[in-house]
Amino acid sequence: MEVRFQPGNIAVSEGAIVAGLKFFAGYPITPVNEIFEYLSQELPKYGGIIYQAEDEIAAINAIIGASWAGVKAMTATSGPGYSLMAEGIGYAVMVEAPIVIVYSMRAGPSTGVATGTGQGDVVQSKWASHGHYELIVLAPNSVQECFDLTIEAFNLAEKYRVPVIVLIDAVLSHMSEKYVWKSPGEVKLVTRKKPTVPPEQYKPFEPDPEDLVPPMACYGEGYAVLAESLSHDERGYYDPSKETYAKLVERLTMKIIKNKKNIVMSETYMTSDANILFIAFGSVSRIVHAIVRELRSKGVKAGLFRPITLWPIDDEGLRKVASRAEKVIVVEMNYGQLHREIMNIFRDKNVLLAPVISPDPPTINDVYSSIGEIL
Amino acid sequence: MIHELDDLLRTERLPHVWCPGCGIGIALSAFLRAVKMLARRGKIDPKKIVFVSGIGCTGRAAGYVKLDAAHTPHGRALAYAVGVKLANPELEVVVFTGDGDLVGIGGNHFLHAARRNFDVLVIMVNNMIYALTGGQLAPTTPQGVYTTTTPYGNPEPPLDAVKIAAVAGATYIARWPVTLPLMLQKSIERALLKKGFRFIEVISTCPEIFGRHIGYRDPVELLKYLRKIVRVRKGISPLEAEYDWFKVIDCGVFLDIEKPGYIELYNKYFKVEKK
Repeated sequence: MEVRFQPGNIAVSEGAIVAGLKFFAGYPITPVNEIFEYLSQELPKYGGIIYQAEDEIAAINAIIGASWAGVKAMTATSGPGYSLMAEGIGYAVMVEAPIVIVYSMRAGPSTGVATGTGQGDVVQSKWASHGHYELIVLAPNSVQECFDLTIEAFNLAEKYRVPVIVLIDAVLSHMSEKYVWKSPGEVKLVTRKKPTVPPEQYKPFEPDPEDLVPPMACYGEGYAVLAESLSHDERGYYDPSKETYAKLVERLTMKIIKNKKNIVMSETYMTSDANILFIAFGSVSRIVHAIVRELRSKGVKAGLFRPITLWPIDDEGLRKVASRAEKVIVVEMNYGQLHREIMNIFRDKNVLLAPVISPDPPTINDVYSSIGEIL
Repeated sequence: MIHELDDLLRTERLPHVWCPGCGIGIALSAFLRAVKMLARRGKIDPKKIVFVSGIGCTGRAAGYVKLDAAHTPHGRALAYAVGVKLANPELEVVVFTGDGDLVGIGGNHFLHAARRNFDVLVIMVNNMIYALTGGQLAPTTPQGVYTTTTPYGNPEPPLDAVKIAAVAGATYIARWPVTLPLMLQKSIERALLKKGFRFIEVISTCPEIFGRHIGYRDPVELLKYLRKIVRVRKGISPLEAEYDWFKVIDCGVFLDIEKPGYIELYNKYFKVEKK
């Protein structure tokens, strides 16, 4: 354990090393270059491999291959790169590759303001690829959480054999603050379940009935495993039948949904008697936190619910703290991506949106003026 | 075991999807025979081979081999293979895929894997058409011919992957037609034991789709035509090798040199003290 003062990008990298990262593939992009550069310097010292791919498409496929070759693998990118990775993310979901993607949002659409910040990728972080699937998105709001949640991302990826996204933004990437670094011995680390049966009896996509996650044999272990992108049965064999397809898609979805209670994370501030409930995530939640404190000092019963997992979201936790809320206000740097999800949770409440549109880190006044328009 | 290759095949998956007269089976069989031959001599352990393919007719091969394998998204076989090899350099990684997959949609990965002299054997089965989707134009389709997306004739000159591999930096380059399966097998045996980027193009036959487009619907007639245009050359440079469906397709081993592969170079430069 050690107190450090570093930017979010470095804390993420350190978290990955502590989690046991052994393969990183990337392609240069703002605002995550420091992750790639720092890991290029440090990861080889821990026996890890660093690889600069020709594009983000190659990077994502390389980490899926590395994951199937048995190591913990990660990439880091921003919106434009993640757009290119969309196809690979679907492949990772389909072949249940444990991978971690650090996704630092900047100001889109398109090239937008490459050096700016944003929260416009709430939906893309989850739904970039085609077809129906589940994956996990974690949204830190401090450098400490950049470190802690990157470790947690590896744990969740290994446990559920699913891509896990660490969704930050340019502010968190570059902002330095104090955090407590912990060594591998001081944190909980999870590695994928391995088969307990000999190769003749092993089926690569036969799940444990308990958690719906199949034990994972990797390349070179003598199990002749097939990472099949087509719809497949438990042996990994292509089968276009309705039964096989429905069974597969249901399991890929339900292994996350049914384990939701063990995955979701959230934090509340002053919510016990709040009649105005703010919802915000990531760097913006820190500003909303300050606003809640200020409103409280003026006698306004405001509170904050901060989802830490965006996908899946802690809807039960949210419903609990919102029981007294007359107004629910979602503050985010887009025109209503999280807002739409929250509206789905509260069919009986008026859920308002306070959008903050700016490539610069928003000031408290920017957020106030957006809230002021609807309060 | 009924067939000598049965232990390397997921026989319960047969019959395969390939059409009568298709050359992919010949290419796959040459590969598996090469593996068998080297395994018998103790030079390769099939349990350490990872067989990676992309999407398309040839891509389906990954589903039939009883080896560690991947059937990746379209064009991404090589990108995936790179990750496998880097994560565990003890594995012998083979990309077995089609022309559209490798040098069409996957062209960027091909170029850069060759440039890096990445340690992978790439076998490209070239049928000169997008066959699984019904006969659209491929980057390898001869100029002038009918495809379903060039109904007035293909205006584009075709891409010669052998030359690209050569200028980008491969260490082994060969081209063989499915009409010379033994030569192909020997070539694969040689390439499997080498390091760096090894590229073997297999000129295949697709009577069902490509053949139909060019007036060679009969598999035997198409094979006869292929035999006619193939010219086996010795000792010529890959840049001299001709690739012209209407005149001549030069086949043979065009390059077989030694230079450090990517893994060796990586280990040389990333030599740091471990913590």
